[in-house]
Amino acid sequence: MTLEQILFLLFAAITLGAALMVVLRRNVFHAALFMILSFFGVAGLYVLLEAPFLAAVQLIIYIGGIAILIVFAIMLTRDLMNPNIPGAIDQWKWAAPVALLLCAMLIWMALGWGRATPAAPVPDNSLHLLGRTLVDAEGLALPFEVASVLLLVALIGAVTVARER
Amino acid sequence: MLNQFAFIGCFLLVALTFGIAPPALAWLFRPKKPNPRKSQIYECGMQTHGETWVQFKAQYYTFAIAFVLFDVEAVFLLPWALAYNALALYAVIEAVIFIAILLVGLFYLWRKRALEWM
Repeated sequence: MTLEQILFLLFAAITLGAALMVVLRRNVFHAALFMILSFFGVAGLYVLLEAPFLAAVQLIIYIGGIAILIVFAIMLTRDLMNPNIPGAIDQWKWAAPVALLLCAMLIWMALGWGRATPAAPVPDNSLHLLGRTLVDAEGLALPFEVASVLLLVALIGAVTVARER
Repeated sequence: MLNQFAFIGCFLLVALTFGIAPPALAWLFRPKKPNPRKSQIYECGMQTHGETWVQFKAQYYTFAIAFVLFDVEAVFLLPWALAYNALALYAVIEAVIFIAILLVGLFYLWRKRALEWM
């Protein structure tokens, strides 16, 4: 087994193990912390796939942003840490078939995938290339500007929702 | 590429050791004689009042959202900044527009007093 395979198994184990703990923990705050660990495992997998920018984005946005957002949401929720309130809700009866269906679909897709195809070699200056394409008029210039408008809308929406009392 | 990440791996290991070793050593060598007074929860030497899991004000959520949004902005601007030397002037203007649109959002937050700590 090469070092790469060992690292892949390690990161895959971290990702899946932490994801399993997210579902199994009764304490929703601990579940959020395990979710951060799971995100970290995914970042490791991106590094192994030679996508360092994606790995950095995974760390900056998912761990730095989304996970913090979820931790905030947990701290803002009333009585969430009250042990007298049951964690499970009645909707599990609906959630179970949906989860089973999703699982079946994923297995069906994985079986139909066939053999892995070798990826095209990654250019050395991929990040440089991305930066040029993002602002290129024939590249992604319009989506780039629209993204900032989208972020602005999200910001204003958040203020409007959070200020309502 | 993976070789370059070996440095980050080393940093990660050192950082983990740095964080884990002192409590682990303390756990190994400390005398284990707990009593109720010793096991009290304290904060800066003071006893805590009431529950430790309190509900925070919903206004704090605005800070979290604003942080995530400017985080995303940083991710968009990082590749642009790396390619800066190879870009034409219009590309720089595009990024300035991008930043300006988000600055509008920051000013909106400011005007709405959403940035005041309550």
